Formats: sequence, C-alpha cells, structure tokens
Amino acid sequence: MKLNLVDARGRSCPEPVLITKKALELNSEGIQIIVDNGAARDNIKRFAGNLNYNIEVKEEGEDFVLTLKK
Amino acid sequence: MKDKKGIIFTGVIVGLVATILVKYGNPVNMGFCIACFLRDISGSLGLHRAAVVQYIRPEIIGLVLGAFFMSIGTKEFKTRGGSSPFLRFVLGFLVMVGALMFLGCPLRMVLRMAGGDLNAFVGFFGFAAGIGTGIFFLNKGFSLKRTYSLSKLEGYSFPALNLGLLALLILAPTFIFFSTKGPGSKYAPWILALAAGLIVGSLAQRTRLCMVGGLRDAVLFKDFYLISGFISIFVVALIGNLLVTNSFDLGFASQPVAHTDGLWNFLGMMLAGWGSVLLGGCPLRQLVLAGEGNIDSVISVIGMTIGGAFAHNFSLAASPKGPTSNGQVAVILGFVILLVVSYLNIEKADIKLKGDVELEA
Repeated sequence: MKLNLVDARGRSCPEPVLITKKALELNSEGIQIIVDNGAARDNIKRFAGNLNYNIEVKEEGEDFVLTLKK
Repeated sequence: MKDKKGIIFTGVIVGLVATILVKYGNPVNMGFCIACFLRDISGSLGLHRAAVVQYIRPEIIGLVLGAFFMSIGTKEFKTRGGSSPFLRFVLGFLVMVGALMFLGCPLRMVLRMAGGDLNAFVGFFGFAAGIGTGIFFLNKGFSLKRTYSLSKLEGYSFPALNLGLLALLILAPTFIFFSTKGPGSKYAPWILALAAGLIVGSLAQRTRLCMVGGLRDAVLFKDFYLISGFISIFVVALIGNLLVTNSFDLGFASQPVAHTDGLWNFLGMMLAGWGSVLLGGCPLRQLVLAGEGNIDSVISVIGMTIGGAFAHNFSLAASPKGPTSNGQVAVILGFVILLVVSYLNIEKADIKLKGDVELEA
C-alpha cells in the first residue's frame, strides 16, 4: 500500500490537524504526517482516532512521524 | 471519556483554585483573569497610571513557571519562534483591547458565567461569533507561517523574566506601583497565588487547556476534548460560588467588575475570540506556551501587556460604568485590522502530497 507523506513541521495547532484533514480528503486510505511538537501529535491522534484510523507514532529525533491507516 | 480524564481534572482544579483565590482576597469572579492580570502587571510597572489596577499578579508568574518546569520534566520544552512575530504582537494587543472592553479574558468569562453574571453570557455569544469568524479563515487556509528552532537561551529568557517580576513583587521597590483601592488592591496572599499559578500552569501544560481551542475544535473537528475542560471549570466554579464564597448572583446589574452594555460586551469578546483563534489559543494558552519555549507566544503575551497599557493610557478599557467612546473606536478599528490580517494571510498553496512512501499492507 502506498501512503503519502505530509510535512507539517513548524506548524502550530490547529494547522497540523487541518493539514491532516485535507490530506485525508485527498487520500482517504491513509497518510503519513511529520510534526515537531507534542500538541500537534496528540491532536492528530485524537482527530484520526475519531475517524477510526489506525495510528502509529514513531519518534524521529525531535520529530514525530504518524502513520494513519484505514 | 477515558482520554478526557486529564482535561476534566484540570478544569476541576482551575475551578477550585479560582474559588480559593476569591475566598482569600482576589476580586469576585476574578480568581483567574489573564487579561486583567497582565494589565495589572503593566500598571504596576508604570506602563499605565490607572491607580486602581496596578499589582504584580503572582498567578501569571506561577502559570509561566509551572508550564516551564512541567515542560522540562516531560521533555516538551523546545525553543521555537519566528512565525509572524510582529503580527502576533498586534493580535495580542487587539485581543487585549477586546477583552478589556468586555472586562475579562475568556477564562474570566467562564468564571463570570459561573458567578451568575448574565452579561458574560452575552459576551460568550460574541466569543462564539469571533471564533466562528476565525474558523472561516482557518478553513480558507489562514496561517501565520511556520516556526523555527531557536537557541535554548532564548527559550529560558521569558521564565527568567518572570523570576525577576517575582523579585520585584517581594522586594517592592518604590518605582513599582501597587493599588491601594479598586480591583488591583484585592489579592490573595502572594504565596498562595503563586502556588495556584504553578499548579494550574503545570496541569494546563500537560493537557493543553484552552478556552478558545475548546469551541474551535468542537466546531472544526467535532473534537470535544478541550471543551470538556471549559465545561468542568464552569461547573466547579458555579458550585464554589454557591457553596464556598456565596458570591453567586444571577442578573445583569451590579455584577462585580462588569458593565451591562450588551452590544459592546458582545463585540469586545468577538474581537478577543477572533484574535485568539488567529493566534492559535486563548491568553491562558499563550502564557503556558510562552513558558514552554514558544517565543511566538512570548511576543503575543508582550502584545497583550502593552495592549493593556495602551487600553488605560488612551481610555480604551471599559469600566463598571460602561464602555468609553475611545474604546468603541478601538474595537471597530480592531475588527478592520483582523479582517486585513486574516485575509492577507490566506495561503493559496494547497497540501502537496509528495514523496510516496512504500508501506507493508
């Protein structure tokens, strides 16, 4: 399965969630999204969880890579 | 429900702490008010000379330091900034002009509602309208652009400044102004107020408590996490007002530190709500972020503090007698500026889905 990678580093909330929302509208199968702060990570987790996506979080240095899959 | 435990607990503590602060000396319905307290601090430093609202509020210092220590502990402290700094200053300034038209930040609005002040319910409708307007622009692609990593020293500077403020409060040199009458002369003992700030600041850092985010996320994402904090503050403060301080008084007239001009209560809070959505959080949230190394929020807080000074120097702030005509002009100008800022910061570029990643299905 191919997932698109979206970079939302440097964005403050609620922008990372809005970006996630738009990206999922373009590809509802799932996406990968990189963020660089805990608030963005938690907000995306909650948002994607409400839409019943499976969420995987990986720490990469100072960043978090979230993989959202249906 | 399980994931909301922390935020509901935080709301309960904020409601409780606000009740205790009023019980021990803070003005009624003003256990916490970020706008009022920043304005008091700017008066205490002599940036404005409204003699009734000058005091270095230890709650503010505690909020910043509480968020600072918690974020160090959770390794979330990170110095970042550079996302439209001057626009953030202006937005912070305007949020303050709106809040001082209404006489309270969004947090005090909740506490006023819990005290039976019906003017605050009018303010709440304005607040919701402002948040709705902000959401309209967020959906159009509004952004203050990205932040960048900055040096550690930059991030430590604002918490350090707050230690300096604490020293000024305790040493009380003659160049610091302290109100002898009015709201500025009513305060809980400093050690209690400091502890209150530390507790709330650390909890708010963990849970990202935000009055503006509550309504915003509920409308935008049908996410009711943050608003459960808002609601639990209301419920606990209501119980506190009824049972502990006996200060619950349902009505419009003669409410503590409030006026009854519905139109301007509505418009003041609308300005504050819209500006806060553009900033990404309410004044409380800005203070907490400032404590965890977010320099953009430091700039917003400074904008609010300077806004508080101007609001009194130029007679923009309302009083229990009602709004001033200068204040009405300032709020209208504020709307014009917010409209320009909102419109000109819409990012045309859409999300780029790039760099396809191969994943095992």
